[in-house]
Amino acid sequence: MLNHNLKLNPKVFNDDVTKKSTREGFGEGLLQAAIENDNVVGLCADLTDSVKMNIFAEKFPDRFVEVGIAEQNLISVASGMAAMGKIPFVGSYAIFNPGRNWEQIRTTVCYNDQPVKIFGSHAGLSVGPDGGSHQMLEDIALTRVLPNMIVVSPCDAIEASKATLAISKTKTPAYLRAARNDTPIITTKETNFEIGKAEIFFKPENGLASVGIIATGPILYNALIAAKKLDEKGIKVKLMNLSTIKPLDREAIISLAKETKNIVTIEDHQITGGMGSAVAECLSEFYPTKITFMGVKNIFGQSGNPKELEKYYKLDIESIIETIEILLK
Amino acid sequence: METISDEKIKTLQIKANNIRKSIIEMLYLAGSGHTAGALGMTDIFTYLYFVALKHKPENPNWANRDRVVLSNGHICPVLYATMAHSGYFKIDELKTLRKFGSRLQGHPHREYLSMIETSSGPLGEGLSQAVGMAIASRIDKGLDKKIYCLVGDGELDEGQNWEAIMLAAKEKLNNLIVIVDRNFIQIDGSTEAVMPLGDLNLKFKAFNWNTIDINGNDFKEISEAFTTAQKSIDKPTVIVANTVPSKGVLAWEWDYKWHGKAPNREEMSMAIRGLEEINNKIK
Repeated sequence: MLNHNLKLNPKVFNDDVTKKSTREGFGEGLLQAAIENDNVVGLCADLTDSVKMNIFAEKFPDRFVEVGIAEQNLISVASGMAAMGKIPFVGSYAIFNPGRNWEQIRTTVCYNDQPVKIFGSHAGLSVGPDGGSHQMLEDIALTRVLPNMIVVSPCDAIEASKATLAISKTKTPAYLRAARNDTPIITTKETNFEIGKAEIFFKPENGLASVGIIATGPILYNALIAAKKLDEKGIKVKLMNLSTIKPLDREAIISLAKETKNIVTIEDHQITGGMGSAVAECLSEFYPTKITFMGVKNIFGQSGNPKELEKYYKLDIESIIETIEILLK
Repeated sequence: METISDEKIKTLQIKANNIRKSIIEMLYLAGSGHTAGALGMTDIFTYLYFVALKHKPENPNWANRDRVVLSNGHICPVLYATMAHSGYFKIDELKTLRKFGSRLQGHPHREYLSMIETSSGPLGEGLSQAVGMAIASRIDKGLDKKIYCLVGDGELDEGQNWEAIMLAAKEKLNNLIVIVDRNFIQIDGSTEAVMPLGDLNLKFKAFNWNTIDINGNDFKEISEAFTTAQKSIDKPTVIVANTVPSKGVLAWEWDYKWHGKAPNREEMSMAIRGLEEINNKIK
């Protein structure tokens, strides 16, 4: 059953569940952050509409900088603005930001400890038809390795909006990961969001769970539907939304592992270095637990619609159910 | 144009040579570091910190200060030494350069020395940060604030600089003044052999910047260039400062090996004696 304490979307299991992209949630959150704080500024590299910074740019043209197709400059200019007291949000596709400009992020943002907020849109396989060159599957690994960095991967547009506002209020660098396509709304305005806090979205009606699923990003929806179907089959599962990957909510992860002794991680990202790796680093040190990693297995993506790709790379609902059933045999 | 007096020039020359002595001593004590660029840029730094800059060494966080971004962080001995001679910290602290626990890291790091504006070392990133500061300053209507950025010529190989150069022109950043240390050397040899930069004045002009080409070891030319740059109306300005690597120590001038090498005790003594002789002649 859904964790009712969290006030999740009661219509999330309906076929006609409302859909909206996490990048749109970011755009709305950025506008809100800018209204609340005059120091919030925005920078983009020729993808303003695409990464939904247009709403901000139209409202605050004097606080928006268009740098052209130049992501290395993008991030370092933002660092300079942060040095003058600004809170810069830099937006582009995740493949370029933090892909193209990683060393600039390391040196001018993290090493320099400036509160630059990096927005990577179009992350994951869900970019679909654009193909493997644009499907960023390594960004969580690239960002979570950096000292001082916060890494957030929201599960829906509402959470993305709240996460954007939340990172605007920290004094540290942050990375926010978002996807291109419209995905189901899982949370509501009333659902709590706090940086560094993981929440259990689905749990057995009674008794202990025998599997703990940990998911991040919009792919969590597939895990949620899989959890419900498994529950209907009498398999008790708990599903955790791990939207903050750094700092990691160790306590919640360890507690889930203690209850289930069996963890499955799901992410639209390479398994190497991703969210599952972060969970493994935590559990292998504090509570060694069997982990099954579901993600992209050391290969690049390809063109296709998001549903076809989820199925091929085994991140669809059926693959999650199958994996867990095999695991419990 | 106001001209700088001969007396003032003499004072600055002596000060610069004293800073050079500190640089040589600190590099000797550190046992490693970059000598040629630091000595070559000493006259520019001396002018910057003792004439051009609006700053308060006793209150380094003063909000209305001009900003200095050192992009080629490896020449930081000249930054540290000039700051110490200006009163930011005690000259004695220069002895700690590159030592464990020192505020004076091998390449500048804000976490250790919070009074510097940026951490640097990896090349080609300072100009972008200076552009960001200039844009932010304009948003805050801080047009009286100048952003000075010091860049090595070799690091202009990095494409990111040209991204920043385009943006600075697009944004008409008249509050940005970039000084290129045009000494024609980089690690693998002459800049024109490694990756020809050609006529930097023409390049910057083509990118819609003001350009001023000077002898970067001549205070009269330095003074005129800064005064002109500060008056720019709608463009960023680059001062292409032709400097002599290892300026002030005749035996080392133009010798590539001093790019990334520190002097031993004998070399240090010889160099300092030479600088003292020069200063005595100036007096």
